[in-house]
Amino acid sequence: MSTDLLSLEAVPPTALDLRSQRSWRSTKNSIMVGLMGLCFLLVLVPLGAVLFTVVGRGLGIVLRDFPAWFTTDIPVRTRSVGPGMGPAVVGTIIITATAAMLAIPLGILGAVYLHEYGRQSRPARTVRFLANVMTGVPSIVMGLFIYVVFTLRFGLSGVGGSLALACLMLPVVIRSTEEMLRLVPDHLREASYALGTRKGRTITTVVLPSAAPGIVSGCLLAVARAAGETAPLLFTIGIVTKSNWNVLSGANTSLSAQIFQNAGAVLPGPQERGWGAAFTLMFIAFAATVVARVATSRYQRQR
Amino acid sequence: MMLEANEHSTLESAPEEVSNPEVFHLQDLDVHYGGFRAVQNVTMDIKRHEITAFIGPSGCGKTTVLRCLNRMNDEIPGARVGGSVLYHGVDLYAPDVSATEVRRRIGMVFQKANPFPKSIYDNVAFGPRVNGTKSKAALDEIVESSLRGAALWDEVKDRLKSSALGMSGGQQQRLCIARAIAVEPEVILMDEPCSALDPIATARIEDLMQEIKSTYTIVIVTHNMQQAARVSDRVAFFTTEVNPESDRRTGALIEFGRTGRMFSNPSDERTEAYVTGRFG
Repeated sequence: MSTDLLSLEAVPPTALDLRSQRSWRSTKNSIMVGLMGLCFLLVLVPLGAVLFTVVGRGLGIVLRDFPAWFTTDIPVRTRSVGPGMGPAVVGTIIITATAAMLAIPLGILGAVYLHEYGRQSRPARTVRFLANVMTGVPSIVMGLFIYVVFTLRFGLSGVGGSLALACLMLPVVIRSTEEMLRLVPDHLREASYALGTRKGRTITTVVLPSAAPGIVSGCLLAVARAAGETAPLLFTIGIVTKSNWNVLSGANTSLSAQIFQNAGAVLPGPQERGWGAAFTLMFIAFAATVVARVATSRYQRQR
Repeated sequence: MMLEANEHSTLESAPEEVSNPEVFHLQDLDVHYGGFRAVQNVTMDIKRHEITAFIGPSGCGKTTVLRCLNRMNDEIPGARVGGSVLYHGVDLYAPDVSATEVRRRIGMVFQKANPFPKSIYDNVAFGPRVNGTKSKAALDEIVESSLRGAALWDEVKDRLKSSALGMSGGQQQRLCIARAIAVEPEVILMDEPCSALDPIATARIEDLMQEIKSTYTIVIVTHNMQQAARVSDRVAFFTTEVNPESDRRTGALIEFGRTGRMFSNPSDERTEAYVTGRFG
């Protein structure tokens, strides 16, 4: 049709060319896409290298001593070869779990206050500012703080380490939770208010469930970071070679502390245990992530 | 206060034949957002078991006035309400009135369908649960009757447990109506409920409004004059007036009356210009 019109106007008919036009713009696009791919690969290199080394060196040791690795005590004589990381696994799990139980509820409540009640008021802005500052405090400083206010008075114990880890987790939980609450659309809150629902009920039945997956991610990140912390534990929990299931009293140990201890050893026995501990720690963090993800997706589907 | 009500129905030109009792009496309502005066001097009565439509160009304060009727403006920071909104003679903005109690009696359907990210069943059961209904049998009954009331039951009865977000836009909006009627309100406020829907879904919602108006009092904000003409018993026309001092636009109620008269024989020339499509 249009070609008829064109020919009427005596313009020579040209074949419609829809092939992509080579231009500087499209070249630039290709270069940028290539660069992005390259950056992606570069990011993968350290991640892959860490995973490869830890799994390569640690998996064999854990499997070789399989049940004994988790059940036996850590050898008292460091030069001895063979298994035993049970006490460190116990310590890591109970200390991190206690820290999570302290920090996660407090952090979520804090974030709910900041976003749903405090908003831009002066107290809310102060708390938000302090939480941001706390994020930047080095972990060893947090450990020293707990050492001074807690450990000097009550002695070495798992709960001292938990307190230090909780202090580290708290700002991460607050910030990520507040961010997730911000993503809950206001029209959902309005829908709930329009049904005669009080604010508190709206938060527990509408806002928090909608934000749950994001909140879980934030908390997991905080837990994983805390589980790998070494510095704040060194002078709050001490170090032992036998399992201490009591988080409230007595010195304890953790996988991260054991990695630190064994990594400096010259002998093959402790070095093997160091790699094994590193693998175990990564595996625990991975397993915790999977469990939490499955749990949230189940919960989501139920709603 | 209540005695004055009839004096202000002077905007009505035709004498009333059978007058339903009034549900709302708005007296000199002013709404400010921060330093901005959004609406001023709105005085009107809203009658029971009628559909009252608010029409007018964008920014004229229709939605603002609607949201004063169940105190949803409380949720907007900086919103202030002056004058009075009497609901069965009780001032909704009196200090001892709880917004929660008000909203239990005066429900709302929003412009954008906003089902909760939960199952269809849980969406409808949300209000009754919040109000203390626990028994499974009672909830089942409320859910069914509300979904039937919103003409949605036959479409969703086999998938009550699936997510409400998987429904079409029109179904979502009818679900929101079902959710609103599940708490048995007296009044349902609708803020442009059909503006995002196609004509078929719109027709279903309009039919639904006609069906439920014998049970509820409905106030609807609409941009669509044909819709106002089709569904409403009374129409309130709002427009903006420029304040000569500050050169800012403030919404005002121009004319309020029976739908037939408002469209065939409006007494204000601005109403006539608007309903005949000459402006707005």
